[in-house]
Amino acid sequence: MATLREIRQRIRGVKNTQKITRAMKMVAAAKMRRAQENMFSARPYSSKIKELILNLVGQVEGYNSPLLEVRPVERELLVVVSADRGLCGAFNTNLIKAATAAHKESEAEVSIVCVGKKGHDFFKKRDFTIREHYLNIFNNLDYSHANDITRFLTNEFVEGRTDSVKLVFNEFKSVAQQEVVIEQLLPISLPADEEEGKRHVDYLYEPSLERLLQALLPKYLGTQVWRALLESNASEQAARMLAMENATENATELIRDLTLQFNKARQAAITTEILEIVGGAEALKNG
Amino acid sequence: MNVEIATPARKYSIEDVISCTAPGVMGNFQVLAGHTALISELSAGEVKIQMQDKTQYYAVSGGFLEVLDNRVLLLLEAAEPAEEINTDRATEAQERAKKRLETRSPDTDMIRAEAALSRAANRLKVAGRASSS
Repeated sequence: MATLREIRQRIRGVKNTQKITRAMKMVAAAKMRRAQENMFSARPYSSKIKELILNLVGQVEGYNSPLLEVRPVERELLVVVSADRGLCGAFNTNLIKAATAAHKESEAEVSIVCVGKKGHDFFKKRDFTIREHYLNIFNNLDYSHANDITRFLTNEFVEGRTDSVKLVFNEFKSVAQQEVVIEQLLPISLPADEEEGKRHVDYLYEPSLERLLQALLPKYLGTQVWRALLESNASEQAARMLAMENATENATELIRDLTLQFNKARQAAITTEILEIVGGAEALKNG
Repeated sequence: MNVEIATPARKYSIEDVISCTAPGVMGNFQVLAGHTALISELSAGEVKIQMQDKTQYYAVSGGFLEVLDNRVLLLLEAAEPAEEINTDRATEAQERAKKRLETRSPDTDMIRAEAALSRAANRLKVAGRASSS
């Protein structure tokens, strides 16, 4: 049985760990709230861009753009949005699992674009082709990151180095639930117009309908990438918050067990001591 | 007339606007109340919003403008009200970009440096409006 001093030391150690996990949980909660706010404030912009595109595309018969071109998929890019840091439960593991599965299933020649350090660490050690990586962006997430990534992916697609681009990221369902989703980014498949029978507006177009569409489509891609980054970021913080809460709880339980063990050991020590004294006294009396 | 400015980061709503001047790709134009429905592409520059008692300026990146039913909606990747622009930082960015352009080393991205320079210059210009108005 462990000695009293050893147990006391363990208790102290676990308590210190608990302090850290509790602090990390609080930080993650604050960051998650901010990430959620970012998600909400991005919404009006993205939905309006989408609305404009749908509105305009409907008015051009057989509109075509390099971004809409569907080719037989010989080469494919998977954009894997992981976290930069660990200690967030199964967040990165689930994502990597889904990405690897998608990689295996695809019949095309697949390359990977890593966003986030954890995914990059995993894929570079193994037999995967990494086309590009964006690391340490989540600490200071900014729309220009989404822009950089979008520009790179668009070039790859338009210049024919890839025939399809997919985003793999954690979608923020709720604080307790994140879900890995795989979304087609390029070629753009325009979402169906949900609102049937919308009133038709005769807009004045400046400079022209075609040029507007040509300018709008890249912006649309930007909002898609931005959304993936924001969702992933919020999910990461939520996952971390939960993981740290569990860790804190486990520590509490561990401390309780250890304290019990400590008290038992102390009691046992006292009992032994008393027995020795009594035994000694008895021996003296009899002698 | 109402004006809404939506960016990926924020949304500004401004009510009771008399006129809104925006940098269209084919030149600046002004929208007054009762304007017909319009969708226009914007280049980077300055958006001026005239109200009854004051005028607001925004430094903006490129984007789009929609007019519909007496409401102007600006979709921009970035927009900053003149009074929120940090002139020190803009000056710094301008200097940095200038230096990069002057050195002309092969590994500087000239297009990006030029874009950074014009962005910084634009922000400084718009910030100047805030202090003078």
